[in-house]
Amino acid sequence: MSYTVWEPTASLETLRARAGLFSRARAFLEAAGVMEVETPIAGRAPTPDPALESLSTTWMGCGRAALPLYLHTSPELAMKRLLAAGSGPIYQICKVFRDRERGRLHHPEFTLLEWYRPGWGYRQLMDEVAELVRSILRRPALRMEVLTYRELFDRGLALDPWQADPEDLRHCALAQGIAGAEDMQLERDGWLDLLLTHSLEAGLGNGRLTFVCDYPTSQAALARVREGPFPVAERFELYLGGMELANGFQELTDPEEQRRRFRRDLERRRCAGATPPPADEAFLAALDAGLPEASGVALGIDRLLMVLTGARHIDEVLAFPVERA
Amino acid sequence: MASYSTNEFRGGLKIMLDGDPYLIVENEFVKPGKGQAFNRVKVRNLKTARVVEKTFKSGESVEAADVHDTQMQYLYNDGELWHFMDQDTFEQITADAAAVGDAAKWIKEQDVCNVTLWNGSPLSVEPPNFVVLSITETDPGVRGDTSGGGGKPATLETGAVVRVPLFVQTGELIKVDTRSGAYVSRAKEE
Repeated sequence: MSYTVWEPTASLETLRARAGLFSRARAFLEAAGVMEVETPIAGRAPTPDPALESLSTTWMGCGRAALPLYLHTSPELAMKRLLAAGSGPIYQICKVFRDRERGRLHHPEFTLLEWYRPGWGYRQLMDEVAELVRSILRRPALRMEVLTYRELFDRGLALDPWQADPEDLRHCALAQGIAGAEDMQLERDGWLDLLLTHSLEAGLGNGRLTFVCDYPTSQAALARVREGPFPVAERFELYLGGMELANGFQELTDPEEQRRRFRRDLERRRCAGATPPPADEAFLAALDAGLPEASGVALGIDRLLMVLTGARHIDEVLAFPVERA
Repeated sequence: MASYSTNEFRGGLKIMLDGDPYLIVENEFVKPGKGQAFNRVKVRNLKTARVVEKTFKSGESVEAADVHDTQMQYLYNDGELWHFMDQDTFEQITADAAAVGDAAKWIKEQDVCNVTLWNGSPLSVEPPNFVVLSITETDPGVRGDTSGGGGKPATLETGAVVRVPLFVQTGELIKVDTRSGAYVSRAKEE
């Protein structure tokens, strides 16, 4: 690592584009009647999501033993506590932190724009996300398409993600020429992620905003599940230029279901050999008190800035990537 | 056995795959926001130089390849094998034609080469960037030409054939860039 390189990796023009992006996002949301809020970056509970890893630090408190604090992977749980307190529509622009993520599109600290719309359905929120992205990119005519997760796999791979078993998925990965699939050990969702990232993502959002929605319930995260012959998680992802830009939910408001999901997440972490972290009891108490029906979305600002400036690597839009931090 | 986690993957790392040593040429980290992470790498087989792709589940470990570069002096060729010596330890090793490859065209006794060893055996040999060799055969040049434009083929003492300017004659020493195989200049006896 070159600790002595002092210059930013982003050009001054890109830094100006970042400033412009922030002001357009704030102007859009303020005009839409959404209030800007701030919540703690460091909290007592790490993310239970098995797909994410929190960075941690220690608070040498006053008059008490040292307390581990975890840097948030998204401000989701704290913002939902504000919704439960009756905040109405809120947004936040903040740095979030995810360990073990580094690459062309990943950096361990990055900027999220996250917002919540009490009383809105997730389809309605998708329309607003599209409006905001058009406004930020200054591309008012950018088309939008909505495609279900099932349609995506059916069109791209002639596969039904609800029916295919892990061996079918392995065969499909081999047929797609994904070297390494022959001896890879994955669960069903891992296979779906392999196919999504290697064979499907690159074609998404080609000159348009592509929303993928209605995920398998095993990938519900904090989204509400809609029952039916093929139950789906009311979750969406936005893609533009083959890049994942945003993830949104019809928020899960049922405290008992939320507790079950946390327990399942913690169990998966235990199985993976990790020490199960403490659950976020304050968040669960807020759900008990009553979270209004709402939909919410988190949009990756750095990646959106990549689209805006035509950058190929996330380092081109960061002043100082971690290797120069 | 040393191993690397996918977190440590980067260009230049040497790993073992299916019993062969490989060099990571490119490492791409891919991960859906809410899902499984993968490392999608391009690797070059250090024995065959073939570049292939391979995907790993992030967090997995891969055996490290005991591959390192060392400077060794070329001693002689016994008709089949090339003999090299470590100038510090005086340890000698032999390399076959597959390991020496194109370097055979350029090296002569006492040249110091970069030898890549895998578990102590040579995988490849790189000649010095510049070598000085004598011309064993070339057509007599056209009188008066000093510009070097055009040129003519010249056979060197090692058997290599390079293009040289017309004014360069048989018996002369020339400096050659082994990376491009191009004539650089005339040279004096060292």
